[in-house]
Order: sequence, then C-alpha cells, then structure tokens
Amino acid sequence: MSLVPGLEHWFILSTLFFAIGLYGVLSRRSAVGVLIGVELMLNSTALNFVIFNRYLATPFLDGAVMMIFVIAVAAAEAVLAMAIFVQIFRSRHSVDISTMTEMRY
Amino acid sequence: MDAGFAYAWLVPALPLLSFAIVGLFIAPRSRQAAGLVATASVLAATVIAVIIAAQYYVAFPSGGDAIIAWSFAWLEYAPGLTATIGVLLDPISVLLLVVVTVVSLLVHIYSLGYMADDPGSGRYFTFLNLFTFSMLGLVVAPNILQMFICWELVGVSSFLLIGYYYQKPSAVAASKKAFIVTRFADVFFLIGILLLGYQGFQVAATVGVPDGMQVFDFLFLTAPSTVGALGDASLLTIAMVLVFIGAAGKSAMFPLHIWLPDAMEGPTPVSALIHAATMVVAGIYLVARLFPAFAGSADALSVAMIVGAFTCLFAAVIACTQNDIKRVLAFSTLSQLGYMMFALGVATLASPLGYAASLFHLFTHAFFKALLFLGAGAVIHAVHSNSIWEMGGLARRMPVTHVTFLIATLAIAGLPPLAGFFSKDLILAAALVNHHPVVFAVGLLVAALTAFYMGRIYIVAFLGKARSDSAEKAHEASPVMLAPLLILAVLSLGAGFIPVTEFVGLPSDSGHDHHGPAWLPYVATAAGLAGLLIAWVIYRRPTEGEAEATGWRVVLQRQFYSNEVYLFVTKRIIFPFVSAPIAWFDRHVVDGAVNLTGNLTRWSGIVLSRLQTGQLQTYATWFVGGVVVIGLLFWWWVR
Repeated sequence: MSLVPGLEHWFILSTLFFAIGLYGVLSRRSAVGVLIGVELMLNSTALNFVIFNRYLATPFLDGAVMMIFVIAVAAAEAVLAMAIFVQIFRSRHSVDISTMTEMRY
Repeated sequence: MDAGFAYAWLVPALPLLSFAIVGLFIAPRSRQAAGLVATASVLAATVIAVIIAAQYYVAFPSGGDAIIAWSFAWLEYAPGLTATIGVLLDPISVLLLVVVTVVSLLVHIYSLGYMADDPGSGRYFTFLNLFTFSMLGLVVAPNILQMFICWELVGVSSFLLIGYYYQKPSAVAASKKAFIVTRFADVFFLIGILLLGYQGFQVAATVGVPDGMQVFDFLFLTAPSTVGALGDASLLTIAMVLVFIGAAGKSAMFPLHIWLPDAMEGPTPVSALIHAATMVVAGIYLVARLFPAFAGSADALSVAMIVGAFTCLFAAVIACTQNDIKRVLAFSTLSQLGYMMFALGVATLASPLGYAASLFHLFTHAFFKALLFLGAGAVIHAVHSNSIWEMGGLARRMPVTHVTFLIATLAIAGLPPLAGFFSKDLILAAALVNHHPVVFAVGLLVAALTAFYMGRIYIVAFLGKARSDSAEKAHEASPVMLAPLLILAVLSLGAGFIPVTEFVGLPSDSGHDHHGPAWLPYVATAAGLAGLLIAWVIYRRPTEGEAEATGWRVVLQRQFYSNEVYLFVTKRIIFPFVSAPIAWFDRHVVDGAVNLTGNLTRWSGIVLSRLQTGQLQTYATWFVGGVVVIGLLFWWWVR
C-alpha cells in the first residue's frame, strides 16, 4: 500500500479547504473572518490548478503560473478589503457584518 | 325630385352649428349676442323648412312619396348593417319640421324678452339651440337608430333646461326625475328596437331588402311587403309594445307621466317649447312613424288606445284641481297627448282616420298650447307667482296677453272655428268610425273637462279683482314677448283650416268614412260650452281663494297619489329587495374579486420582501443553496 497521495486525495483536500472557507464566509460575524474564509476558498481553487497541472498536463506549467496569478489577485483583493474595513471601522466602531443591515427593503 | 329638397339637411344643421358657436365662443362673452345669434339660426332654419314644406305639399298634394333628401353612411358594421344619418322627407316629417321650427323660433324670440334679466341666458340659448337641433334630427330621422340618438339628445336638452335654475333644489330634483323616468322608458324602447331589428333581419332574409335601404330604415320597416311578413312574426307584438313604452315615456303617458308636471320647474318658454309643443309629441310621432308596423299587431294598438284614453281622462280630472297655472297646463298637455295617442290606437290600416286626426291634433295643439304657456309665462313674469289665486283682474292690465290667452283657451276648449275644434272633432269622429264607443265617451267627457279647467284658470286669473298686490301692479309684457303671442294667436285661430289631414293620409287608406255623424260637431261644441259654463258658474264670484280641499278633492289634488305610489314602490320594494342585494353583490363579490387580486399581489410582496434582510450572509446562504440545487439538478439531468 503506497503512502504517496493520489489525485483523489488532493481533491478531497481542496474540497475541504473550499468547504471550510465557505463555512467561514457564511458564519463569521467579523468581516475579517469572512475575508479569511474567502481567501481560503480562493486558495482551494488555486490548489486545483496545481493538481490538474500535475496530473493532467505534466510537461507544462500553465496551472502553476495561473496559481501565481490567483495569489497576486488575492493579495490585492485582501488589501482593498482591509482598506474598506478600516473605513467602516472608523465610522461604525465595529466590523460586525451582522449589524450592517441598512440595505434592506 | 326637386333640387330644393337637397338642402333639407340645413334645417337641423343650422341650429347645431349655432349651438356649437354660441356655446363655445359667444355665450361666454355676450349673452345678448348669444340670444340674437341663436334666434337668427333658428329663423334661417324656419325659412328653409317652410320653403321645403311648401315645395313638398305642392309636389305631393294628397299624401305621398317619402324622399331621402340626403344621407350618408355613418357607421358601417357589416354588409347590410350600416347606420346612416340622413334626412327623410315624407308628409309627417315635413309637417313636424314646420311645427318644430315655427314654435322654436317663436319661443326663441319670446325668450329674448323673458330671459333679458337673467344672467345665465347665454347658457339658456345654447341649450335651446341644442334642443332644436336634436328635435329636428329626430323628426327627419330616416332610420330608427338616428331617431334613438336624437331621442336621447332631446332627453338631455330637456334635462339641462328643466334644471336651468340649478340653484333651486326643486328644479334639480325635477330635472333628474324627468331624465330618469324617460331613460327608464328608453331601456324598453332600445330592447324594442333590437327585437324589431332582429325581425327585420329575418324578413330581409326572405323578402330581401330593396337597394339602398337598410334593415333599420323606416321605409323598409313600414313597407307593405315587410309589414305583411312582420305580421307573421310572433315577437312583433312584444317588440311594438316595448317601442310603445319608450314612446309613452317621452309623451308622458300614464303611468310614466309623473315627470311632466314637475318639469314645469324649468323656465316657462322651455315648458312651451319642449313640454307642450315638441318633445312630448315625439312619442306620438314615433308611433305614427311606425304606424304600419303597429297596425300589424292589433294588441299593440289596443295598448296604445287604452293607455291614451286613460291618460286623457286621468290628467284632465287632475287638472281641474291644480292651483299652479303651469301645472294645470302640464296636466292639460298630458290629457291632449292622451287624445293623440288613443286616436292612433283606434286607427287601422284600412281606416286610418285616427292617424290623420292624431297628427292634425298634434299640429294644432302645438300652437295653442305653446300660446297658453307663453301667455302663462307673461302672466308669471308680471305677477311673480305661479298660483292662480294670486292673480285676478289681469284682463285690464295685460290686454294683449288676455286676448291671446282667451283665444288659446277657446281653441283648446274646442269651440268653432278655432283650431282645436277641427282636430278634436276629427279624433272623436275617428273613435266612432272605428267603433270604439267607450273611447268616444271618454273623449267627449274630457272635451268638457278640458273646457272646464281652462275656463277655471282663465276666469280666476284674468277676470274679477286682483287677489294680490303684485297682481294689482302687473303690467303688460314687452313687445318682443307679445309678438310671438300674437303670431301664435293667429295660428291658433287659423290652423284648423289648413287641410293637414289631406296631406298626411296613408296610402293604404281604403276610402272609408272620413267624417263622423253629422251631429258630432254640435255635441262636441256643446260639451265644450257646457264645461266653460260650469266654470263660469263656479268661479265668476271674485273669491279670495278656493276653500281648503277636502275628501275626494285631496285625492285629485295629490294626483291620485301617483308620486307617492312611485316613492313607495321604489323606496320600499325596489331599493331594499332588488337594488340592495345587487349593490351588495357588486360591492362584495365583484369588487371583492378585483380587490383580491390586488391584495394577493400586495401580500405576497410583503411576505417576499422579508427575504431582503440586508444581512450579507443571509444572501450568501441563499446563493450557495441555489447553486447547490442547480448543481444537483444539472447532475441529475446529465446523468
């Protein structure tokens, strides 16, 4: 029995990442927690790129390059999100998104 | 065909044009100019109408051809179903053209004086022109559809003019009453038209429609071939009775008479024009117009005869007890309309003396009744009261009015050689010739009653001593009001010599007896003289007023409680048992269904709007749930 992880193991890992991230997005009351959940989901997709590159297109590096892009975009997005959170905190003294219900019916 | 007839459309068109111009542009600026322009347009129409009548009766001296002088297709629904607007000239429409234009012209002139001090007279003349147009359109209607449209238009103008003094609650109530009662009758008329049209189509399928005619044309409906085929139709009696109910509503036959006495709330010249001489005879005219179709059903004519004779007696009896001079004249009008109606009812196609007599009486009655109303208007203008017990001794103070009123009184009482004598005599002869002795007896009795109540108001109002200060100070009306009185007096004197019956005979006339027995004129005159004599005996002493009515005279004065009966039937029976349930159904079931759809939408909106919480994570949860559901569906579909 080989202990080397196969395609399906990596998929289970990335699905777990995605599910944990989704749970975080849906359940955290802190905006920062939600952002972390989003990052986790993004990274699970980035992981998928690497997995597909490794198993389905071995001689090429397209998936790995795409992962670099995703990390770059995620970094930029995190910066923007944190800047927005800072602004919100200045006006509301809180980043609890469960209290942000002004855009209601 | 004479080219002159082609201009017949101008007769109704001129008042219509003037109605629009006066109503829109002149009346708001100058009411004097409005009166003059309105009168001028009717004068022009009168001149044309008289020229046409002269040409027509010279061309066809003994009854005759109907001419469609002018027409155009107005609404083309389908082949064979076109509503045309046109001008039909035949003996009776030409006769009515002259009557309507002449009386309307004289009333317009009279109104120039009567309404001179009224600040709303611009509106008054506008409506008067509208009425003249509508009535002329009705008279010349070549088909029953145009007649119905104009029929409603005269109803509207009558409504507007009765309610002319709209600050007076009684005038408003009277105008509504007149409109509702006549509208109620018109519903039956419309159903009758539809039934008649249905039968017309059936006849058209078998007999065929002549070229250039429509099913609703009077010429088609009264053509001998159509009438022969119509007689077979079982629905004819129902259709004609329904049409008769419409005619009875307009002509105020019992039991639809209740609106006419109240209609006297309008200005007196309006009463003279609309509620004595022209509009109320529209019902008579309609029955005469459709006479061959009516004659196809003996039952329908019997209904006309019985209703006419009853109204004739009923109204004459009531007229003897009324104290308001205009109300006496209103009931007198009812009674005379009853004469015309039963004269039509006794006529048959083979022996149509009653038909000619009815139209002859319509012709003469228009003049002397308009004269009576205009004379009463002059008196009311001077005395400022309608009650005959506040008049008296007016003969010296208003000599011209007095003489003309006396002429009209004698004319309506049927004394020779005034107009009423000839026509009333002919109606009585028609009842005898066609073997209706009871109707003849009623007619003779009413002739005496007519003389009595007219003698009563003449003696009380004009003879003796003044009974009030205003009667003491009364003075003669202005010349512009007296001129129409004099012209109408001349017509009341001479109209009986115009051989109207020669002109309006039916082609089916088989040359029956055209004269009653030789003793008839003497008996009829004696009845009139007896009525006048009784009035003289009772009222010649200058009493202060009539004793308070007691016993049976209360019943008469209250008009046999017909208004009370109507109020009881409507308020106690129709409103709670018919109207209220219908209103409930409408309010709760019909409106309820409408409200339900609206409320359902609103409620679902309220419920669904709860989804929009403003909570970002709630949205995200729904979004994820939706993606999962779609994913599952997609997976299930692909599999």
